[in-house]
Amino acid sequence: MTESLNITVDRREGLAVIYTEGYINNQGGEEIAKAAYKLIDEGYKALLLNLAGTKIVNSIGISILIEIIEKMIEIDGKLGFCCLTPTIEKTFHIMGLAQYAPIFSDEATAAAQMRS
Amino acid sequence: MPMVPEMEIEASKTAAAIADSVRMSPDRIDEVRHAVIEACINALEHSHAADREVYVTFQIVGEPGDPEKLRIMVHDNGIGFSPESEEPVNGGGASKPRKRHHGLRLIRGMMDEVEIRSGPGGTTIVMSKMLKAGAS
Repeated sequence: MTESLNITVDRREGLAVIYTEGYINNQGGEEIAKAAYKLIDEGYKALLLNLAGTKIVNSIGISILIEIIEKMIEIDGKLGFCCLTPTIEKTFHIMGLAQYAPIFSDEATAAAQMRS
Repeated sequence: MPMVPEMEIEASKTAAAIADSVRMSPDRIDEVRHAVIEACINALEHSHAADREVYVTFQIVGEPGDPEKLRIMVHDNGIGFSPESEEPVNGGGASKPRKRHHGLRLIRGMMDEVEIRSGPGGTTIVMSKMLKAGAS
């Protein structure tokens, strides 16, 4: 019954995209954080989370995403999200993420905006 | 349901199947799923229930053949908490405690009606979603 999260990373010029597939709970959130902090250590200051493969995010996962946003703010970087389901987007607004991290409907728009 | 990892996913799948059976829209079903997950996590993380069980009850409310809303009750036999402060009565025990109000805020944002009953006998979250948007 496990709904573990799979992550893939696409490193591009000036931007890294993290793709998620599955449930973002505490373990899933920690996996994303591990990937994000590794990318920060590699020098990336613009990260995009493409959540097209994720249908469920819980509040613990969101707490971890908030910690990543805080880290990005700390290093003067930016974190964006794209391809969210309507419910996940609503969740992000309720939890206040949308105040600190832009949400884009598609990856192409997100990538262009995040690089600028 | 026993408090095992990802039991909240199983509960949310049952909620989704029941909501689908009464023709709730996919977006609203998705919101119900998220609310059920948060209510179960609330019990998992904060209840400290000795029986390590979460009791989930579903009701279709309305006239026969004309369902009005889906009501879901998530109960635990834990230590309870003060809904005003929305923090555990006796404090949390997790190594890295997450704030309970995050989940409760999400539940309130996802459902049309939410009532929290909590005391020494445990906590029950009663939440309802109208089958059609704007029907409440």
